[in-house]
Amino acid sequence: MPLLSVRNLRVAFGAKEAVRELSFDVPAGATMALVGESGSGKSATALSILRLIEREGGRIAGGTITLHEDEGPIDITALDERQLRGLRGNRISMIFQEPMTSLNPVLTVGNQVAEVFVRHRGMGRSEALAAARDALDSVRIPEPKRRLAQYPHELSGGLRQRVTIAMALACRPRLLIADEPTTALDVTTQAEILNLIRELQDEIGMAVLFITHDMGVVAEIADRIVVLREGRKVEEGPVGEVFGAPKHAYSQQLMAATPKLGFGSPNPPPAGAKLLDVRGLTTRFMVRGGFLEGHRSIDAVRNVSLSIGRAETLGIVGESGCGKSTLARSILRLVEPASGSILLEGQEVMRANRPDLRAMRRHAQMIFQDPYASLNPRLPVHELVTEPARIHGIVSARDQRDLAAELVRSVGLDEDAVDLYPHQFSGGQRQRLCIARALSVKPKLIVADEPVSALDVSIARQVTDLMLALQEREGISFLFISHDIAVIERVSHRIAVMHGGEIVETGPSQAVLRYPRHAYTCRLLASVPHPDPARSRSLREPLPVVSVPQAGAGARLREAAPGHFVRENAA
Amino acid sequence: MANAVFGIPATLPGFPAGVRRLWRDANGVQRTALLVAVLLLIVAAFAPYIAPHEPTAQSLIARLRPPIGFDRYKDGYLLGTDELGRDVLSRSLYGLQLTLILAALGATIGLLLGGALGLFAGIAGGIVDDFIMGAVDAQIAIPFTLIALLMLAIFGSSIEVMVLVLGLHGWEQYARIVRGEVRRLMAMPFIEAARAAGASGGRIAFRHILPNTVSPLVVQFTLSISNIVLVESTLSFLGMGVQPPTATLGSMVGIGRDYMPTAPWIVVAPALMILLVTFAVQILGDWLRDRADVRLRGR
Repeated sequence: MPLLSVRNLRVAFGAKEAVRELSFDVPAGATMALVGESGSGKSATALSILRLIEREGGRIAGGTITLHEDEGPIDITALDERQLRGLRGNRISMIFQEPMTSLNPVLTVGNQVAEVFVRHRGMGRSEALAAARDALDSVRIPEPKRRLAQYPHELSGGLRQRVTIAMALACRPRLLIADEPTTALDVTTQAEILNLIRELQDEIGMAVLFITHDMGVVAEIADRIVVLREGRKVEEGPVGEVFGAPKHAYSQQLMAATPKLGFGSPNPPPAGAKLLDVRGLTTRFMVRGGFLEGHRSIDAVRNVSLSIGRAETLGIVGESGCGKSTLARSILRLVEPASGSILLEGQEVMRANRPDLRAMRRHAQMIFQDPYASLNPRLPVHELVTEPARIHGIVSARDQRDLAAELVRSVGLDEDAVDLYPHQFSGGQRQRLCIARALSVKPKLIVADEPVSALDVSIARQVTDLMLALQEREGISFLFISHDIAVIERVSHRIAVMHGGEIVETGPSQAVLRYPRHAYTCRLLASVPHPDPARSRSLREPLPVVSVPQAGAGARLREAAPGHFVRENAA
Repeated sequence: MANAVFGIPATLPGFPAGVRRLWRDANGVQRTALLVAVLLLIVAAFAPYIAPHEPTAQSLIARLRPPIGFDRYKDGYLLGTDELGRDVLSRSLYGLQLTLILAALGATIGLLLGGALGLFAGIAGGIVDDFIMGAVDAQIAIPFTLIALLMLAIFGSSIEVMVLVLGLHGWEQYARIVRGEVRRLMAMPFIEAARAAGASGGRIAFRHILPNTVSPLVVQFTLSISNIVLVESTLSFLGMGVQPPTATLGSMVGIGRDYMPTAPWIVVAPALMILLVTFAVQILGDWLRDRADVRLRGR
């Protein structure tokens, strides 16, 4: 008998049905993955199981959710609020995507974890605190005793997610619902958390309902998989079967769109003159210290050198906080670098005064991560996409609409789009608008900072395809920044790996990915989840911890192979 | 529903297309507010033609007469007379005219002054920001009545000075609101995107930031209209506002207060008008804000 059976579940938000006639079982002790893109109803399903959906403004319009307990089945849809409180966090627990917002910022970690024991186990305070310490220990948090007195902001994202897992597992639940628990984390941290969930699952013997859009993660962790689309189940089966031979067209499409490491990079463009040549770039931020401490400086980007040829894409990969976004902004002087040289088409950007700089920005445009926030919500599309061209006097007010129509066509949108406003578009369409906007001045270089990270895989695939096509047609160079190595591999001719503000390894894409020389690159590559269940079933070895020593001023890159450079003093 | 209750038509045949569309999109309360506003404006504009008497004409033998329908009602004085035998209706109409002018001008001056300073402070940041926000804090710290009395005492209480004084009232609210919005917007990626595209400071300020501050400004504007009516009546009550015998709605309420137990009608007419003005302004302000927000379109 399965642990949880969902039968003909229907969830509605107002008149809109988010989940339609969904049925599936979660066997005891197994891991079930609910997979789908945004709007597929996967989170609505998860919230319905805990009956938290009412708080989000939705309601269960029909169907049953049955938890099969030893004492007999419980129909969750029929419980009252008091019975639900006994269920939540006790029999069924949940962990969420954002480890920062799911912890209370003004309570210590110890208080928050202990509260679970007080609430569900009726422990006294000191007993609960001791139990909290053990719980932190069981999720492999180092120095658990010290953590009890710390506040959430003092912990890293990975440690915070471990705390939420400790809280969720405090009462040894029968079922753990994990709603995109690793999406907000770095890839190396993600690998650690996935490992942890699997180990704890073996220890406790609980079932896991894992909700994700990432096929790589599914392959790592799931036994069975349900593919959702627009609230309906399109396919269900053991993970090996669904990955090996997806039956439904949508599953096939999803598999095809998932970026896979090792599927090759674009052919390098003919060698030519350098478009961008950056030498020894350092960007420093002043950080205000405590009382009487004064200011201290942090090098967000340290002594970075790179170059991009015409019609070439350089991919920069690294984890959050490695300085890759600061590097992008420094190159365009959106933040002021402290030292170094930036040659764009042979012109020194560092010495440019204000008017020069604005003129220079015609040649180098930027695309940002969040397509929802990077378009002014008050302006219509025809003004938004032509704004850079208007600024640089390339188009007159009279020809503006024609140019706008041409631009939206070139990024694959309908011409009618020019009279709409940003909120009337989906995320992928908005990112297309951002690209159209950048194209309006016919730039030679586009700096793209995580351009597809906020998008669903199939949409992200379309957007990167569009960028590749534009490069082919117009000969644009890209500086493409991402935390996702598989995406970087697909678009980049050359790759630079960043860590701690420095480039630790750079070279032709395939050389770096197939023959990584630097320890950090190896660790990064080992952490990437592979969307191939056969390959990633076994429990991974714990990853080696890499500490890259601070480089002195003389730290240089050594040429390990033609065009392939590695930071010295590591490797 | 509301339309059926108030008997307001759902369509306006014979009006220009723009007005017809506006009317069609409005709900019952908004239509009522629009009608009230139009009515008040017409009445205020034509006060000299509508008013049956001179607002300052006294008639000491007809003091404190009640409105029509009561004992001792005197013919021709529909809403009764005040303590000097002046016609309450006429005074209310003239008062409405002056109050609307004062409130509209005062609120507009506050909006322009405070909005510009807030925008400047938010964009410039640093010492400029500190200085302007310091002035805002100082303005908040000192009771406004004191400042107003001082200014009126120095410059005399003419209508022009009065408008200036009322314009100074509330500028600090606009400045704070705009500055806060600007600071928030400056951190938005679309501002950085504009900078990356090569936009100048002026373009960022007026094309990207200012239009996004409209919603809170409209709300503040509607609030300050009713506040200004109150401030004006406070000053009149203290004898430093618009000088008698000139009528404003606020001063009529202020003076009529003394006769509340015996002659409540002196207060009722101007008070009702203040109520109607603030009601219409607030509803129309909300409506304007919603219509100005493109994000609410096409939903």
